[in-house]
Parts: sequence; C-alpha cells; structure tokens
Amino acid sequence: MSTVARKKSLIWDYLTTVDHKKIAILYLIAGGLFFLVGGLEALFIRIQLAKPNNDFLVGGLYNEVLTMHGTTMIFLAAMPLVFAMMNAVVPIQIGARDVAFPFLNALGFWLFFFGGVFLNCSWFLGGAPDAGWTSYASLSLESPGHGIDFYVLGLQISGIGTLIGGINFLVTIINMRAPGMTYMRMPMFTWATFVTSALILFAFPPLTVGLVLMMMDRLFGGNFFNAAAGGNTIIWEHLFWIFGHPEVYILVLPAFGIFSEIFATFSRKRLFGYSSMVFATVLIGFLGFMVWAHHMFTTGLGPIANAIFAVATMAIAVPTGIKIFNWLFTMWGGSIKFTTPMMYAVAFIPSFVMGGVTGVMNAAAAADYQYHDSYFVVAHFHYVIVGGVVFALLAGAHYWWPKMFGKMLNETLGKITFWLFFIGFHLTFFIQHFLGLMGMPRRIFTYLPGQGLETGNFISTVGAFFMAAATIILLINVVITSVKGEKVSADPWGDGRTLEWAVASPPPEYNFAQTPLVRGLDALWIEKMEGKKGLTPAEPLGDIHMPNSSILPFVISLGLFIAAFGFMYHAKYSWSLFVGIGGLLITFICMFLRSVVDDHGFHIHKEEVLETEKGVKA
Amino acid sequence: MHVEEKLTAETFPASPEKATLEGKNKFLGFWLFLGGETVLFASLFATYLALRDKTAGGPSADELFKMPLVFVATMLLLTSSLTSVYAIYHMKNFDFKKMQLWFGITLLLGAGFLGLEIYEFNEYVHEGHVFTKSAFASAFYTLVGTHGGHVAFGLLWISTLMIRNAKRGLNLYNAPKFYVASLYWHFIDVVWVFIFTVVYLMGMVG
Repeated sequence: MSTVARKKSLIWDYLTTVDHKKIAILYLIAGGLFFLVGGLEALFIRIQLAKPNNDFLVGGLYNEVLTMHGTTMIFLAAMPLVFAMMNAVVPIQIGARDVAFPFLNALGFWLFFFGGVFLNCSWFLGGAPDAGWTSYASLSLESPGHGIDFYVLGLQISGIGTLIGGINFLVTIINMRAPGMTYMRMPMFTWATFVTSALILFAFPPLTVGLVLMMMDRLFGGNFFNAAAGGNTIIWEHLFWIFGHPEVYILVLPAFGIFSEIFATFSRKRLFGYSSMVFATVLIGFLGFMVWAHHMFTTGLGPIANAIFAVATMAIAVPTGIKIFNWLFTMWGGSIKFTTPMMYAVAFIPSFVMGGVTGVMNAAAAADYQYHDSYFVVAHFHYVIVGGVVFALLAGAHYWWPKMFGKMLNETLGKITFWLFFIGFHLTFFIQHFLGLMGMPRRIFTYLPGQGLETGNFISTVGAFFMAAATIILLINVVITSVKGEKVSADPWGDGRTLEWAVASPPPEYNFAQTPLVRGLDALWIEKMEGKKGLTPAEPLGDIHMPNSSILPFVISLGLFIAAFGFMYHAKYSWSLFVGIGGLLITFICMFLRSVVDDHGFHIHKEEVLETEKGVKA
Repeated sequence: MHVEEKLTAETFPASPEKATLEGKNKFLGFWLFLGGETVLFASLFATYLALRDKTAGGPSADELFKMPLVFVATMLLLTSSLTSVYAIYHMKNFDFKKMQLWFGITLLLGAGFLGLEIYEFNEYVHEGHVFTKSAFASAFYTLVGTHGGHVAFGLLWISTLMIRNAKRGLNLYNAPKFYVASLYWHFIDVVWVFIFTVVYLMGMVG
C-alpha cells in the first residue's frame, strides 16, 4: 500500500501531505515568500523616509505599506517561519514519528496560507488595510474601501490555522514522547515550543473575538466600537493587546529555544542551568498574559492600572535575565565553534539585551508618555523582534537546513549574510532611538527639513539596504546549495546533541525505524559519549503505522477563502452573500467527509523499512 | 489496543476513549480546544458586560427578557447534559443501543432549546431589539448567538456520529468520537449556565 502512496507528482504530494517534515518545508517557503514581501514593504518605507519631504510614497499609500509591513512580518512571516522550525524539529527531538494530528497539521498550514493570500489580495482589489498592524477601531471603522475587511477576514482565517497548530504541538509534546523522554529531559527548543503552544491556545481566541466584533461592525451593522450607538472603541484595544502581547512571546520563546540549542551544540557543552531555563520559559509565558495594558498607558486607564502593569512588565526582565546569563555561562569554558548559526547566537545577546533595556524604559509608565508613538518605540520593538526573532530564524534556518534538505548551506556565504545583516540591522534601528527621543513620530509619512532628523533617517535607510543585500546573498546561497551542495550525513555539524541528529538528513518519512530509548538530557550526546554509533532502541523492528495523505485540508481552507470574499462584498452585490454561504458549505462538507469517512492510515512493512535504512547507510 | 479490533462487552476497555493512542490524542486535544473556547467565551462575556446597559434608546434587558421562556430553555439544556452522561455511561458498558437512545433524547432536548432560542430572538426583533440597534443589542446577539451556533453545530455533529455508526456499533475508532462530542455538549451547557446568570438574571435584577 505504501508503494502506491509514493507514486504521486511532486505538487500533488505537497498539496495533500500530512508529513510534518514536508509541512515544515511548506511553512518555510510560504513564510519566506511573505518575508520577502514584508521586507520590500520595509524598504519602501525607508526610501520614503530617506530625505525630508520625499514623495515616493505619500499619505494613504504610505499608510497601506506601513500597515502591511507590520501585519505581514508578524502574522505571515515570523509566525509561519517559527512553525517551520517547530514542524521540522520538534517531533524528531522527542523521538516521535509524526505529530499527534497530522491531518490538522496540514489544515493549519493551508488556513494560514489562504489567510495570507487573502490579505495580500487587497493590493489588487482596491487597496490594502491602512490602520496600522494594531488596526485600532477608532481608525479602522472610518477607513473607506475594503482594506480593513481584508485584514479582518484574512487574519481570522490564518488565526484559526495558528490555533490548530498550537493545540497540535501541545498534544504532540504531552502524548508522543519516546520512552524515557521525561519533561525534564526535553530539549530546550521542545520546551519553548510547548510553552509557546500554550500561549497560542489562550492568546488567539481574544483575537478571534476582536476580529469577529470588527467584522460585525464593518460588514453587518454592529455597534461594538461605534460610540454613537453606545459602543466603546477601547474594547478593541484590550482584546487586541490581550492577544498582542502574548504574541510577542509566542514569537520570541521559540527564538530562545533555537538559540539554546545552538549555544549548547557549538560550545560543545550541556546547556548551563537547564532547569532554570525551563522555569524561566514557563514564567515568561505566564507573565506574558499579565502585561497587555502597557501598550495602553496613554489610553487613560488611570494611575493604579498603569502602575500595576508597569511593575508586572518590569518583572519579565528577571526570567529573561536568567536566560541571558545561562547562555553566557554555556559558552564559558566551552570549546566554541564560530559557525554561521553560532555567530547569530552570539550577536543576538547584546542586540536583544538592548531591546530589553528599552523595554524596561517603556515599561516605566510615566516615562512612556514621552516615548509613546515615537520612533523610540519603533526602535525598541525592532531590536526585540529582529534582534531576537529574525536572528533566531536565520540561525535556525542555517542550523537545521541540512536536516531539512540533506545539504549544508555554504558557510562563507552564510557568514557574509550574517555580517551584512548584523551591521545593517544596527545601522537601521540604533539611530531610531535618538530620532524618537528628538520627537519623530512613528507612522507619519514624512518630516520637515531643518529639525535635525535628516542624517539619522538617511543612516537608517542605508542600513535597510544592507539587510536587503544580506537577504539576496542568503537566497543565492540557497540556490547554489540546492544545485551544487553535497549530501550530508545524519550529524553534519558533528556536534549534534539531540535526537534530530540521530536520523538521516533528510529523515525518512517514519523518522525512526525503531522508537529510541531516551536515557537523559541530550539523548544523542549520551550515546556518543559512551562510544555508541546509534540510539538505543526501545522496540523491536516492525511494521510502522503512518497517516494517509489528504486533499481535504486544502479544500477546507479554500472554502473559507471563497467565503471571505463572498461576505466582504455582500453589501455591494446581493449575490455575493450566496458566494459566502457556498464557501462555508464547501468547508462544512469537507469537515463532514472527514468525520464520516474512516481513515485508519497505512503500514510501512518491516522489509521496506529495512531497505530504506540500508539506502540511508550506504 | 488496536483500533480495528472486534470487541465484546467483556473485552471492551473501561475507558474506550483513551484505549488507543489516537483516542488519547483526541481526548487531550479536545480538552485543550475547550480551554481555548473558554477564553473565546470569556472575551465575549467581557465585551457584553462592558456594553450591557448601552442601549442607545432601544429596549433594555429588563424590558425584554421573560423569565418563563428562558427558564424552560435552561431546563431543557441542563437535562440534555444529564442525558448525554447516560449515553456515555452506556457507551462504557458497550451497550450501543442504549447509548444511541440517550444521545437521541439529548438531541431532542437540544433541538427544543434551539427552537425556543429562535422563537425568543424572533420576539425580540419584533420588539425593536435588532442587531444593529445598539451596542447592547450587538453584544447580546453575538454572545448568545455564538452559544446558539455551538448548540446547532453540536446537534449536527452528534446526529452525524449516530447515523454514521448506526449499523456498525461501537469500536475503539468511534468511541473517542462519541466521547469528545459529549464533552463538547457539556461545555455548551456550562457556558449556558454563565449566560443565564450574567445575561438573563443580571439583566432582570442587576
């Protein structure tokens, strides 16, 4: 049966796949494309601001580009790229053959993908959303055209996908760990994924509700945010930030996890203070829900609320500090190899600490009245998100590239990418702290000459082009590697500590021929230190049960994509409502089919497994 | 245990919903999903509480709500939760027919609740309490309507399961499906208890 399953065209294979490794590649490609789109938008912003009174992007169009830059980078680039890493690595790190719900894993991807495509369709259909990535109701309800509707419906679809992914990883990590893989033996990246998934589970529903309310107000005559009919626009701010602040940790905790793996591997030492790292991760996740109102200090919640949220926010610096010191101590006395991923990791520490320091500055509510809505805030969150998350994604991509694709990215080009990106990043954003303190407001499309803002803005624009150059070199590296790169072994870095380095690169579809027995933290390293070639198996060789691939996740998501168009235009064309209902019907019929058609999966027979394993060894 | 195994009342495990890895995953995954749903309803409740007296000249809660109707609806839904417990009790005893019977009664009670809710909404609309009237109206219909949508989905879901498995009886493949459907039904019930308190009781007294 399995041989039948394998004879499929490449495109059909990827449209229907439920294999976590292929879904990781889909996330990487889709997230990478959106990253390029978001990056282009960033360049446009910087070109407009390169000189005073510039007219490259004026007024409304600038607002659209700025909104789409933020929205794209957070929801359509950073999130899916984080999911790419999780999918590529986590099931293997815990010794599992797949995630708990392979079907839902595919569904999560396709929902994200169609949501992202829907959002970007706005460019060609009358204009993109233009109320900032936070889309405050007081602005967005007044926005003409359908831009905000694209935002609301697109994010709703991709948000459901993210929620599904979060639940999937929680169940996977709780239920699918190999024998001996106790919670306190899980690799740090798995722990980060675990806490992140819990954050997704509790943070995304408030966004869902916020988006539903805004959809009601904009498309169906609701009055949630309409003060004239008793509504209250602050409700959106609360719901958005109850989601939005944990979202920051949803992005940065996996980044911490990636760096923890890289520090240990290339210092060739066990991660320092493993249990305190776990504790700090959980604590950051918990505190992340207690601080949302620090985004609303100037809204007027009153001094008591501001004081409480200020103190809670500053408290997060403690567990984060614990992590920083643990990484430093991991390197201390280690035999360090400066590979590309390690360079990102080392550069991450000072960069991210600077973002943390300005974070504590912003957390001081009284002082925040000065920073609010200025370029100081823009500098702060780019230091956290780029210096933390993007560095981690680039590091993780270089680190796990051989595991995902079986070929090593070129190290020289990798290091050139790193230096260009690192220099460009600080050139772009460091000066923005001062621009902000000098009074330059964020989200404004121009500034006047003679106010001392020219030099700073010009430097910032130059830096952005450095990052663009770095990205181009990364793409060249990817192309060269895929054309010329040599096949690599299971452990191409030579210093792998965790289970993903024990299976072939790329791993066979069943990951482990025999489920491994885990005997401690850094399971592979333990076996290496005892002079063993492979892992200790926990089961005899046998038939392996695998899930069936399915086109339903694609069609379910397509149904919602169609439905979103239908509902968006229902006020303009009466027949459009039926398109919306039709789209929903497609989705529900597919869900119905999924429920009534039994899916028992198939077995890869022992003989086939043996053959595959032989091919890997040869 | 294997999913496709043929089982008898003697070999049927005590917790069939967790006897296979697939079942265990469904069980845990669904509990987590309900955690997310809890936050979703909490957000809707918070919104409603903020807007419940913002009637903008439209009818207010204490003018609209009629206790007898809501009370009967509440009793129907609470009883349906009890009957779904009986269904799961019989599922665990491998008594497929009785399970179907009690799920059938659950469906009837749930449909009764939904019918009353539709009647109620219709009455309100005739009294000028339409979705677009005020912030209160929008919040009311979104909160109570989201719950009602969940009831409707639950009815479709449970009846699909009953019809699909009518001829083949219980096994370890469908037992987790029935079990999580009943979990969902209980969750709907718990949410209604809060709606009854926060929307209706507080609306008439508070």
